[in-house]
Amino acid sequence: MSFVFYILATLTISGGLAAVLLKNTVHCALALTVAFAGLALLFLELDAQFAGFAQILIYIGAVAILVVFAILLTKGSETPKDGVFSHTWLAGLAIAAAVFAVLGWAVVRSAPMLPGAAPAPAVTVQQIGDALMGRYVLPLEIVGVLLTAAMIGAVIVALHEKEAQK
Amino acid sequence: MQEQLYQFNLASMSFPPPTLIVRELWLIPAAPIVTSGAIALLKQPRRKLSAGLAIGSLSFSLFLSLLAFARVVATRALMLHFSFHSLEHETVNLAWIQVGNSSVDLGWVLDPLSAVMLVMVSFVGLLIFIYSTGYMKDDENYTRFFCFLSLFAGAMLGVVIANSLLLLFMCWELVGLTSYLLIGFWYQKPSAAAAAKKAFLTTRVGDSFFLLGIVWLFSQTGTLLFYNNGAGSIESGALAGLLAQPAALGLTAAGAIGLLIFAGAAGKSGQFPLHVWLPDAMEGPTPVSALIHAATMVAAGVYLIARVYPLMQAGMQPGGTTTALTVVTWVGAFTAVFAALIAVAQNDIKRILAYSTVSQLGYMMAGLGMGGVAVGMFHLITHGFFKALLFLGAGSVIHGCHEEQDIRKMGGLKSDMPLTFLAYGIGMLALCGFPLLFSGFWSKDGILEAALHWSVAKTPFYMLVFGALLTAFYMTRQVAYVFFGHWRGGRPAHESSPVMTVPLMILAFFAIALGAIGTPAWPWFRAFLDGRRAGLNLYSFIEPSFLTLMCVSALVVFLGLGLAWRLYGDKSPRPEEQDALERAIPPVWAALRDKLYVDEFYGATVIAFYGWWARVSDWLDRRVWSGAVAGLAGLIGLWAQLNRFLDDNVVNRGFDKTCEEINVGGGLLSQLQTGRVQTYMRLLALGVLALVAILIWSSRA
Amino acid sequence: MTPLAGYLLVAAFLFAIGLAGALTRRNAILVLIGIELMLNAANLNLIAFWRYGPHPEALTGMMFAIFSIAVAAAEAAVGLGLVIQIHRHAHTTDLDQMNRMKG
Repeated sequence: MSFVFYILATLTISGGLAAVLLKNTVHCALALTVAFAGLALLFLELDAQFAGFAQILIYIGAVAILVVFAILLTKGSETPKDGVFSHTWLAGLAIAAAVFAVLGWAVVRSAPMLPGAAPAPAVTVQQIGDALMGRYVLPLEIVGVLLTAAMIGAVIVALHEKEAQK
Repeated sequence: MQEQLYQFNLASMSFPPPTLIVRELWLIPAAPIVTSGAIALLKQPRRKLSAGLAIGSLSFSLFLSLLAFARVVATRALMLHFSFHSLEHETVNLAWIQVGNSSVDLGWVLDPLSAVMLVMVSFVGLLIFIYSTGYMKDDENYTRFFCFLSLFAGAMLGVVIANSLLLLFMCWELVGLTSYLLIGFWYQKPSAAAAAKKAFLTTRVGDSFFLLGIVWLFSQTGTLLFYNNGAGSIESGALAGLLAQPAALGLTAAGAIGLLIFAGAAGKSGQFPLHVWLPDAMEGPTPVSALIHAATMVAAGVYLIARVYPLMQAGMQPGGTTTALTVVTWVGAFTAVFAALIAVAQNDIKRILAYSTVSQLGYMMAGLGMGGVAVGMFHLITHGFFKALLFLGAGSVIHGCHEEQDIRKMGGLKSDMPLTFLAYGIGMLALCGFPLLFSGFWSKDGILEAALHWSVAKTPFYMLVFGALLTAFYMTRQVAYVFFGHWRGGRPAHESSPVMTVPLMILAFFAIALGAIGTPAWPWFRAFLDGRRAGLNLYSFIEPSFLTLMCVSALVVFLGLGLAWRLYGDKSPRPEEQDALERAIPPVWAALRDKLYVDEFYGATVIAFYGWWARVSDWLDRRVWSGAVAGLAGLIGLWAQLNRFLDDNVVNRGFDKTCEEINVGGGLLSQLQTGRVQTYMRLLALGVLALVAILIWSSRA
Repeated sequence: MTPLAGYLLVAAFLFAIGLAGALTRRNAILVLIGIELMLNAANLNLIAFWRYGPHPEALTGMMFAIFSIAVAAAEAAVGLGLVIQIHRHAHTTDLDQMNRMKG
């Protein structure tokens, strides 16, 4: 394992931890951004450059911003009196730990069967473009429709309803 | 072929095949029975029609009986001439019920025995029918009377011609039924109803033994037919088998069955101790007494013994006798004397004649036992005529005395009712056995002769002689009271109408004439029944033993006549006075008048026991069985309550409880639905966890 | 441990962290943040398997990941819009208090 991997891994994980543990919601959103960045770098490390940049563009550039907006719009920056964690947080933690245990166990058990180091693939954007327009044109179009629907839906959902409010 | 004429299975006929009269012999009893049914179905009582039908059908039966008789006479002549015996009993047998290989057969037989009986029954019956049209003229149940009379006539004729014990028993019971119906004809009288019941029950006792005998005979021999071309139950093959079978008390099966059948005959013919019903049967109208209780039905018992005589006689050594016949003789002799004694002290005209009938039946039984079929049957035939004559005469007297029956209130009727007196006198002399002229003398002498030569003992002879003395005595007493002396009744008496006196004359004629066929000079009757030739032998009168016997019996008759005449004669004592004999021997007279206390004995033993048994049964029924039922009902009630308890508490409450618990469970489960998204997500995660774990676990190498 | 295993473990850990956050935090938005983390962990898995898998030239893994990113973005938009609308109604984003579907 290369040294870079460990750093990046640490970064991502700490970002994730911070995102769920911090009390201030805005700090959580910012930590999330750090985690996204770490992931993008991991993608780059994995020679998936397009994916990494897409990650940066979309996740950091849109999703994180959206999260911040939502936090601000819902007065999330105020710390609630009862604490940020639900009073049954132990059960949730236990479940998450169990999930990690199972997944980790699966990985560790199958470690001998996993392929070892492999040569880096040379992926050009042209190839990606060809794939998108060729083999994956249907998913592409569907995602387009999905995004349109999501956009319209989000707008409708978040619309101010003047009569209902008063 | 003859088979096509029958709907039943024709079981067998005698060989050679019978002629028309034998084939259609069944018409003889059938005609009166059908008439009886027709009369019963008449909507309104039609006197002339019913009487006409009854008399017509019995005339038809008489006509056929005469034809049958002629046929038997002719065949017997043929048999004797050509010396063959297969026509001795001409039979037609029908298989009635078939069970596997064996069958229950019915059938009829024409032989000398049944021929003479047929003629006697139908002839005497016809005369009595005609007499009844006059006697019952004022009765309002005229039609019902003739209906029952016809039924009786048909049943009696059925008994006569029956070749099958079963058919005989069926007709026997039918005769008993009609006797019950006719004794209780005036059922509004309690004494008549009681007498009818007594008659039926007493004969029933005899009949149950009879039935036992029938069943035993059937089981031993496999057939109920008398004559069946050698295979009948009283033919030699079956008898040999019966003799070989030992029964109880040193008897063979033949003897035991014979005794059982005799028990039935004793009931029907009024032998001691089953005689008690006969005197009480005089409650019925006088024609009924004449027909049923003098001439025919009571003779059925004697006829039965004559019919099964081969069975009674089975195993007899020449010159000896069998146990069955010995018993028959002793019972008959005892009954003869017993009844005659009681008759001496009676004051009812019909009751005297009733006891006389019982006594004469005893004579017949003794005759059968000691002398054989011919001896007993001859007395039966002659007795049928003169006893019917006496009863019809008594009926005429009663009618003429305006329904008075006490002889102490009669008297001097020989001038008021001359025709009746003449006929009655002839009948009385025949009954006493007045020498030479009257048939009764010859028939009774036949019995006395057989008794004299009986190998077992001489006592029956002395008893029968004593009985003859008593017979003469009480008959003379009766005639003296009724016809001689002066009238002691109320209104004056009058002679009866010709429709009643003409039958009397006819019967009187035969009471004399029948003697001719029974004398030793020309013993036609005996020869006819035995299947021998009868020769004319005038020298038989001079045989020393026979002459002695004739003199002895004549002497006895005169003694009895004279004694009674001396005591009673023309004296006509008043009803309140004591009887002459009563003055002489009061205690004996009292005992005789009270019928020697037989009825009282029965009342104290059998009937008292029965009453006690009825009370016990009632107690059982009320306490034990009802108690059991009530107990069971109580148990069921308890069970029902238990069920209700279970239903309420276990089923209902259990069900309710279950529903409550389900509610609670549901409530508990619904706590999963917290409404919070995170809870659902946790559950989802758990589910995914489980799935993944299973997947990984299942894919291990 | 192969590189792939390392990436997979990282992804698993990230997934668990995201799950923990989604299951325990009160704020609805933080639940959404956790969900985003889970999605990202899955994407990492995909890319890792693409990189070390048998046919990277087929671009399957990368395409999958790209589409996943697109869909995640749409979903985040809609979800946050929902949270905002809920906030307008209930004046809170506390998930513990949103139990109208209880029972």
